[in-house]
Amino acid sequence: MATPTSDISSARWPVGPAPSTPRGALLVGCGAGFSGDRTDAARPVVDALMAAREPAVLIFETLAERTLALAQLARERDPAAGFEPLLADLLRPVLADCLAHGIRIVSNFGAANPAGAAACIAALAAELGLRVPRMALVQGDDLMGEEHRAALQQACGDEWPTARVVSANAYIGAQPIALALEQGAEIVIAGRVADPALVLGPAAAWHGWAWDDWDLLARGTMAGHLLECGSQVSGGYFADPGYKDVPDLAHVGFPIARIEADGRCTIGKPAGTGGVINSQTVKEQLLYEVHDPAAYLTPDVVADISQAMVTEVGPDLVRLDGVRGHARPSHLKVNVCSERGWLAEAEISYAGAHALARAQLARQVIGTRLAGQGLLRCDFIGVTSVLGDDHGRWLDHLPAESSAMRDVRVRWAWEQPTARAAEVLLREVNALYTCGPGGGGGVRTQLRSRLSTVSCLIARDSVECGWRWWRAAGEGA
Amino acid sequence: MNISASMQVPLYRLAHGRTGDKGNRSNISVIAYHPALWPVIAQQVTAERVAAHFAARAPSHVARHVLPQLQAMNFVLDEVLEGGVNSALNLDTHGKALAFDLLQMQVLLPADLLIHCKGPQELPKFR
Repeated sequence: MATPTSDISSARWPVGPAPSTPRGALLVGCGAGFSGDRTDAARPVVDALMAAREPAVLIFETLAERTLALAQLARERDPAAGFEPLLADLLRPVLADCLAHGIRIVSNFGAANPAGAAACIAALAAELGLRVPRMALVQGDDLMGEEHRAALQQACGDEWPTARVVSANAYIGAQPIALALEQGAEIVIAGRVADPALVLGPAAAWHGWAWDDWDLLARGTMAGHLLECGSQVSGGYFADPGYKDVPDLAHVGFPIARIEADGRCTIGKPAGTGGVINSQTVKEQLLYEVHDPAAYLTPDVVADISQAMVTEVGPDLVRLDGVRGHARPSHLKVNVCSERGWLAEAEISYAGAHALARAQLARQVIGTRLAGQGLLRCDFIGVTSVLGDDHGRWLDHLPAESSAMRDVRVRWAWEQPTARAAEVLLREVNALYTCGPGGGGGVRTQLRSRLSTVSCLIARDSVECGWRWWRAAGEGA
Repeated sequence: MNISASMQVPLYRLAHGRTGDKGNRSNISVIAYHPALWPVIAQQVTAERVAAHFAARAPSHVARHVLPQLQAMNFVLDEVLEGGVNSALNLDTHGKALAFDLLQMQVLLPADLLIHCKGPQELPKFR
């Protein structure tokens, strides 16, 4: 593909605010639903957006609750890092076509370093022989500065961490994204914006929605909620063979929403991809991580899906309507992450005759050796890997012997304040090789530092949100 | 309801669901496969029964939100994730498995609704 010109990219979506007359629909495709999602997912989405020849946006959602703290730690180690580690892999397959066809890109892949992400994209563009895209950086979510500390401590109260704070970020809304798009940003790079804002921003900008039209903002928000987890709405994380069958799950297609001027949205996916979109997949995702359906809190609006309707309108095509909205909250949610001790995990397998009895004895030995040194969790993988409980009540009620449980992997998890203390579990489980019950094998151990998160609310007007153009170092502000 | 014409079936034949997590709070959706199954689910899958189902994890509170137009309900279980994604010692720190665990709950189904259920149509066998 030849080097694109800005004429082509502005044809579908001219620079400037939306006109007063209603525009046609905006297409929003999703290329990733979390940090670590498939890097080949966006290509079929971009193919579909190109073929549609309509105004279009591609989003990547790559921030979970903990991702930002990990990104801050990465940036401490390397000032050029701290953005989505897979950024270049996610964009390499689609950047040229997005620029050539005016498909705007909006993402939170900036994480703890949006400017670093922009520099990475500029380098990728150079590698691909493309011009440098017009990139906007969303700012205001990072509250690590000293000037915010007192307000955060007050908001967190007794929950304020005693250990070192690693990150503090407000969930900010869609307005900076929308403003940057209106001004012609081809790529909008954010950190901690509310996930659905990645979709609400483009929808509000394209359709010219007012920031107090709560019904419209809620509809754009719930369209974003359906898209933000990638294929979770299009057949990913859904299949239950014989009950909920999904065709070609190995090539599940990522979703594309068509968002109308009145906020109604229809969810589809690229032709030729696997997966399925039906009322079941959409309902599961609609309620995912929702608490009170009448009050889904976001920085931009309180969305209300208590009267929402889901309708299958074609093959792999589902419409969402009936979403209402209420005035946005006065406060923003802030996540404060801090350092927190060390997690030690260790496993050993007992198989064959009397496997369960030997596993129980190993559990007893380690429990005796580490008694009184904090909560020690034990699971019998092969019997129960995740449905047990921290206090071992589940394991206490297993039969003493069972021929059905002939291959048991015992797993312990233990948290200690220091790595040195946590290592004791690793040594004790390793010592089961010679000092434990007969026939134990396959010891694996690992030690990891942990993070702790507390959430609090701070007044909206104490957070200054905005955006700025990215310029390469040496270009000046 | 005519008990003699009813049968015990697992909830997974009537409904599907997904777990979400925020901090130490879990939400579990329960969504009817067919509108005809919705009244059975709404009547029997109560907050009390869900709390009892997860008694080993001792949720401090269980709320049920009902969405009849979607034939769906949403359970919100407080302090059920053993600390949540940052601090749980459980391998499944998110509690992703909880929805499928809940779907093993038994419900009493009028036999004439069996045709709307998922799964094999012969009479299920139970312990």
